[in-house]
Amino acid sequence: MKIWLKVLLPVAAIALAACNKSGTVADSGSSTVANAPGSDAATTGSSGSTPITGSPLDSATQRALQTLVIYFDFDQAEIKPEFTAVVQAHGQRLAGNASLQVRLEGHTDERGSREYNIGLGERRAQSVRRALMLNGANASQITTVSYGEERPVATGSDEESWRLNRRVEIVYR
Amino acid sequence: MRRAERSVTFESASRRGGALVRRGLLALLAVAFAGAASAQLNVVITRGIARPVPIAVVPLGWSGGAAPAYDIAGVVSADLKSSGRFAPLAPADMVSRPTQPAQVNFTDWRLLKVDYVVIGTLRETQPDQFETVFQLFDVLKGEQVLGYRFMSARVDLRPTAHKVADMIFQKLVGIPGVFSTQIAYVSEEKRPDGKSRFRLIVSDADGENAKIIADSPQPLLSPSWSPDGRRLAYASFEGDQEAVFVQTLRTGTRERVSARRGVNSSPSFSPDGRLLALTLSGDQGNLDIFTLDVATQVLRQLTTDAGIDTEAVWSPDSRTIYFNSDRSGGPQIYKVAAEPGGRAQRVTFEGVYNARPRVSPDGKQIAIVYGANNIYRIGIVDAASGNLQILTNGRLDESPSFAPNGAQIIYATKDNGRGVLASVTTDGKIQQEIASVAGDVREPVWGPYPLP
Repeated sequence: MKIWLKVLLPVAAIALAACNKSGTVADSGSSTVANAPGSDAATTGSSGSTPITGSPLDSATQRALQTLVIYFDFDQAEIKPEFTAVVQAHGQRLAGNASLQVRLEGHTDERGSREYNIGLGERRAQSVRRALMLNGANASQITTVSYGEERPVATGSDEESWRLNRRVEIVYR
Repeated sequence: MRRAERSVTFESASRRGGALVRRGLLALLAVAFAGAASAQLNVVITRGIARPVPIAVVPLGWSGGAAPAYDIAGVVSADLKSSGRFAPLAPADMVSRPTQPAQVNFTDWRLLKVDYVVIGTLRETQPDQFETVFQLFDVLKGEQVLGYRFMSARVDLRPTAHKVADMIFQKLVGIPGVFSTQIAYVSEEKRPDGKSRFRLIVSDADGENAKIIADSPQPLLSPSWSPDGRRLAYASFEGDQEAVFVQTLRTGTRERVSARRGVNSSPSFSPDGRLLALTLSGDQGNLDIFTLDVATQVLRQLTTDAGIDTEAVWSPDSRTIYFNSDRSGGPQIYKVAAEPGGRAQRVTFEGVYNARPRVSPDGKQIAIVYGANNIYRIGIVDAASGNLQILTNGRLDESPSFAPNGAQIIYATKDNGRGVLASVTTDGKIQQEIASVAGDVREPVWGPYPLP
């Protein structure tokens, strides 16, 4: 499912970029090329009356949309600055397509009691949910679930494993 | 299920009363029984008292031909030894094997430096009717202090042996034994393909007769015994959503009692078995404590605070609910009246992380998980004074549960990355590690005394 999404999202990002700008044509060949801002090309269309404008694909947005895991500091549910662009991109994507649904799965590292960690995972999922809604997503597009410490991705009892487990996963349905 | 082979190896050091100290890893200290079910758990004493009481449990006399119907003395020995308070003599070291009181020579036993001797007989008096007789002697005083006779079917001979051990324990220690009780726990087995299998297991307190109660590819957690020992409530992520189930052990049938939107977790039976304290969050993700009448589905809300309120448990008199709330910044133990409308009062004031409360059978102590500097340990808080006593070393101790005699706490911890169970006496003196034969084990809950 996740590999499939990695292929799907860049394509979707291209389509989305194309839809948002009326009258322009997206050049799929430029999806990986980062052009300098302000270098939009303008040419005259075949009818000679309406200029065709193009702009480079926003690779930052694309990267943000490809990011499906948000990480958290110990005992925190606050979204760190480095993930602001991520929630923004997903929120706007949801805003632009009412048929899209996401499930936010909250997780914690293994330390402390399991049921409290269910609460902490839910708090993290809710934090991402609120951020998505602030960026335009509708409440009806989002469900949350907390697994607490029950579904770790890393099984060591060290800082790095713990860091990888403190996360919310964004799952498009 | 894998069968674990267990064989008798009583160290001579234990006979001489030295402390049994074995760090960390599983030692193969086990007992062989005739017709034993496969043992899923191995018990290792990791900290003992300086002088466990030396006792000789003489193999019972058997008059029924070839092999005894059951090794009663072996089970009694293993039970007493597992408590950490006794040092049973190896049968090979017994100079004589009396089966009748007149055959007991106290001088001989004094030379072997044992304080107590247990003797007895096992007879099949009718087809599948067995009579177990035992007597307990005080070697120093040279007199019998206990004698009893049981009648049972063959299938009940092991439970009979546990009852014998309970009676000896109570006579010599002064509190009821818990050898006839059960525990429930969660096991996780990681498969080669990386996926896990989660099981809820009920076994005898010594790990024997393990039965799988629930089996799922998704996590199971927070088992809770009904007070009569007939049902288990638990939370399950089957179907990709967390829900709470109540399962009847004898029949295996279960009821999904809460699958509301959001979190459904942390179930805990009331002392009368009718209600469950429960954690629900609803759509907005605010975890709060509720009580649910299992039969009528009437739901009542006990907390409304914006913090995480969870891990609710009842006091034995049913009037108070203790729970964990981080409304003051980090997890602390609070209490609130079991009827709605009361104000929560904070119970723990020492330290920044006090979680997962469990109340002692007499209501006077609260076992908790105490976290500090990345080390999580089991502690006991006095319910009246709030005084805290740390019992374990950590580093990742969790899920404490009192034995029904209030003298022992079983809990979960990690040993070299493996999830294992452990227990500690409430005075902190005796510690044991209980590791699974296969997979990680955790979330142990001690069941009630069996119904008469």
